[in-house]
Amino acid sequence: MNMAWIPYGLSPDTGTESTVYGWHYDAMDHYPVVIVGAGPVGLAAARDLGLQGIRSLVLDEDHQVSTGSRAICWSKRTLEIFDRLGCADPFMRKGVTWNTGKVFFGDRREPVYSFDLLPDKEQAFPAFVNLQQYYAETYLIEAVSRTPLAELHWQSRVCSVRQFPQHVEVEVDTPKGRYTVTADYVIAADGCRSRVRGMLGLEFTGEVFQDHFLIADIRMQAQRPAERWFWFDPPFARGQSALLHKQPDELWRLDFQLGWNIDREAELQPQRVANRVRRMLGEDVAFELEWTSIYTFQCRQLERFLHGRVIFAGDSAHLVSPFGARGANGGIQDADNLCWKLALVLKGVSPRALLETYDRERVLAARENVLHSSRSTDFITPKTAASRAFRDATLQLASHNPFIRRFVNSGRLSTPAHFPDSPLNATDSDVVEGALQPGSPATDAPCAEGWFLPHLHGGFACVVFDDTAQGVPAGVKLVRLPADGKLATDMGAVPGTCLLFRPDQHLLGRWHQFDAVRVRNALAHCLKGGTLA
Amino acid sequence: MSLRDPDAFYQALVRLHDGLDAEESQRLNARLILLLAAQIDDERVLHEVLRLTSDMPR
Repeated sequence: MNMAWIPYGLSPDTGTESTVYGWHYDAMDHYPVVIVGAGPVGLAAARDLGLQGIRSLVLDEDHQVSTGSRAICWSKRTLEIFDRLGCADPFMRKGVTWNTGKVFFGDRREPVYSFDLLPDKEQAFPAFVNLQQYYAETYLIEAVSRTPLAELHWQSRVCSVRQFPQHVEVEVDTPKGRYTVTADYVIAADGCRSRVRGMLGLEFTGEVFQDHFLIADIRMQAQRPAERWFWFDPPFARGQSALLHKQPDELWRLDFQLGWNIDREAELQPQRVANRVRRMLGEDVAFELEWTSIYTFQCRQLERFLHGRVIFAGDSAHLVSPFGARGANGGIQDADNLCWKLALVLKGVSPRALLETYDRERVLAARENVLHSSRSTDFITPKTAASRAFRDATLQLASHNPFIRRFVNSGRLSTPAHFPDSPLNATDSDVVEGALQPGSPATDAPCAEGWFLPHLHGGFACVVFDDTAQGVPAGVKLVRLPADGKLATDMGAVPGTCLLFRPDQHLLGRWHQFDAVRVRNALAHCLKGGTLA
Repeated sequence: MSLRDPDAFYQALVRLHDGLDAEESQRLNARLILLLAAQIDDERVLHEVLRLTSDMPR
């Protein structure tokens, strides 16, 4: 990679300072893919495309990784994707693992309820790892720098995107002047205020919630468990909600609900914030304020993510309120869904119809994320007196009533989307009730040599249980496993069961017996874009 | 048709709201609805009741 970076300023360890990148490089004239935005989604896409032999150029208008307190909670599915990309290890080493959430109400010291987000512990990765976004980006940048086909240019602002029948022209503004680069496709991963989205004049519709939350990152030595704690109407914040997360470096992330009519400047006064913190954690707690900011939240999405040769992924395509950790995680899963399809199209193996399935599948996933996030937000910020009455009634009754307890909604935490009606799914799968279904992402389980999921890395995989199967199509990895243990139960596998997985580990088709013709047909069906061909 | 004394139940239901203002009544009704829903505990029936309610004129 022909980029030289100049680190100045402090490292991400101090929280708000970060490694600053200078730049000295020449851009080539043409790239198969230009990626706008070096946030988690753009970086993951560059790494993923590079692993599949596709050259890309990542452009970011900034000169450093993100600062402040942004994405924190990286879900199991995201970690599994990072593992496929070969960058999960630093997340696990540095990050804070957690599986348990607790919800508190009013004066009661005992939680209204606790939830375990990983009931099935026999998996390589936990439900969540908390890690500051600047660390996540740093680790992804390291992965990109190990990717020969990926280039990363800082201080490069995209000022125009023009589409032609066979290519896209991207004009880039840098401190040393403007230049134009062409691409076969552009991935717009430039975040919630996406310039590319604006350039294309696209409507970004949804709703804004009339509320504010104060974020405070504090540095504190505390022997508290790594659990997500959410409070409704606590003594330290009557009539409002609060949230607490543990992060690395003894940093704790606190969120305080403020309401709609607030004095922003007053609320951000360090003394005022410190008072809130002391009321929450105790008068004699020692802490330092590292970061404060106030945010509002909204749920929005584009109607389509695919616009000619411009593809939207992450916050540029969809926005959610943060309570379900579906923002960054949704975006990473966009990239996971997109890159193998884009690679096949660029290699001339698949027609554009395969890219249409990205739009079809991820628009659906985004709708699901928006739905869950909106419901959580309505519970946390009821919009009407009636809504508030039901919300409060739920909280009052939840402790003693298991039926009502399930209505308590402080955030439905991110789970991967399933695509049972995906156009790509094989049309002749054998039905097995209660087992992994076509369109669903593979779940992990212990395996003879470690864990199951890594067996699926690297492309299409045909998993056969206890069989001497021969004759998988070219380009498909054959994985033979014994039909025993938790893996077989999860997969609904008996001796002979055959499962064909996509490169993003979603199941394409399943059959009681391996049949080379069926596997070949299912693969061909997928490669041509399925029923969208 | 299981109530032996319908009037007694009806009176008890209305009496629940004695001394409450409009907002307090709304909040009590919310608790009552949730508790009754918990007793019914049948998704199809619950949605059917919601549908019947919303189909009526205000």
